Amino acid sequence: MMNFDYVRPANVADAIAAASEKGAVYLASGTNLLDLMKGGVSRPSRLVDVTRLPGLDRIERLDDGGLRIGALVRNADLAHDAAFARDYPAIAEALLSGASAQLRNAATVGGNLMQRTRCGYFYDAASACNRRWPGAGCDALEGENRLHAVLGWSEGCIATHPSDFCVPLVALDAVVEIEGRSGRRELPLEALHRLPGDTPDRETALEPGDLIVALRLPAEAQGFAAHARYVKVRERTSYAFAVVSAAAALRIEDGKIREARLALGGVAAKPWRAHAAEQLLAGTAPDAAVYREAARATLAEARPSGDNAFKIELAQRIVVRALTLAAAGTPARIPALPGSPFSSVAGA
Amino acid sequence: MNHSISLTINGVLREVALADPRVTLLDLLRERLDLTGTKKGCDRGQCGACTILVDGRRINSCLALALSHDGAEITTIEGVARGDQLHPVQAAFIAHDGFQCGFCTPGQIMSAIGLIEEGQAGDDPERVRECMSGNLCRCGAYSGITEAVLEAHANMTAAKQRRSA
Repeated sequence: MMNFDYVRPANVADAIAAASEKGAVYLASGTNLLDLMKGGVSRPSRLVDVTRLPGLDRIERLDDGGLRIGALVRNADLAHDAAFARDYPAIAEALLSGASAQLRNAATVGGNLMQRTRCGYFYDAASACNRRWPGAGCDALEGENRLHAVLGWSEGCIATHPSDFCVPLVALDAVVEIEGRSGRRELPLEALHRLPGDTPDRETALEPGDLIVALRLPAEAQGFAAHARYVKVRERTSYAFAVVSAAAALRIEDGKIREARLALGGVAAKPWRAHAAEQLLAGTAPDAAVYREAARATLAEARPSGDNAFKIELAQRIVVRALTLAAAGTPARIPALPGSPFSSVAGA
Repeated sequence: MNHSISLTINGVLREVALADPRVTLLDLLRERLDLTGTKKGCDRGQCGACTILVDGRRINSCLALALSHDGAEITTIEGVARGDQLHPVQAAFIAHDGFQCGFCTPGQIMSAIGLIEEGQAGDDPERVRECMSGNLCRCGAYSGITEAVLEAHANMTAAKQRRSA
């Protein structure tokens, strides 16, 4: 690990000033950053420790019915907050399907959003990677790529964004609150992460010094609590990134889907919102044929980036399964046990 | 630049001067404070051998910068027994052969103590397996580990009920 300068500012303004200089990055719990630094993938010259910034570790109910989650709330604390799990069950389910218990105890909400889009070649300093070294090329294109992206990828980069948490968040129109050099601004989470295009090294819409201070869920997000699921398929039962995942949330009234929300994980460099499928589902009666049509629409533009054509079929099946489970109703015990094949949880 | 931090480790306040900011809690425990019970396996947050409790929560000490934890209260495997009296989780690991070579055991035990404190698994073996998935055992002692965690949970719950009765 390259040596660095460590600072722990007392307030947000000082943090922004300290992080605006070239080579400076924010440090929250460091579960992703320190791992990348140990591998020589990230080489910051200064760490700006934000873990003691006041007021960023709270979950607040807003007067307009929304929810504001401070960027320093730990993933485990959010998932196990009973009111949160009741109101946003698919988000709690996604949080608990991510990483391990130790990592969830440490990892923060803001840090989860800012974890890197990555693959094995990004981690391997001996491999060519445009994301790590702009212009170097991409060894994943001709390498081991069965888990890589099928949507929104470019020749520049085919890696996927590994967050589970972000998938239901983007489906539920989460908004990111940012403090930066020019003051406070907001961004829909869907606009935070960028597709690779010609500049895979530019991962987010954030500018130098920008600090995520909170995540907000609009009041409408609670309206899906009765029919919301997160389904994750991975290569082992626990503690693995998604091969494909899907968050489905439905508002069902009088036997009809009034409104549908759908997003996929593990398929692209960002959490993938399926707007076309949502349109198709709205106004229909919950039915397998409609789910299959929604699944086809979601993957219509998909193309394999390597040995991963199977993910296009798999993603469609996961969409159908997530919609089926969501329509059946949120389980009584939320978060349900993450996708174990031995699980006794009904409907899983 | 020299940084000075204080940590309460197994109930003892320790002041440590750090010349290098890169030191993790794991390296601090092992290399500076001679607490080598906490093991370094992968050093990348994947194996769980370095699990300790920080302010009562289990975390991977290999991915925790020591400087960032100034003022924290830390419990390691050296701090869980009371003299010769083993912690109920330690006793249960012995009773159920929850290990073979023993390298991952301190991390397994600290993780199990954290899990029982979190109260998320109860008496469901499937949930215990899920909640212990951050701790690898290359000897494959998983079935004994699961049994040990279940028994320790049952014993600790019963003891708590006796105390409050």
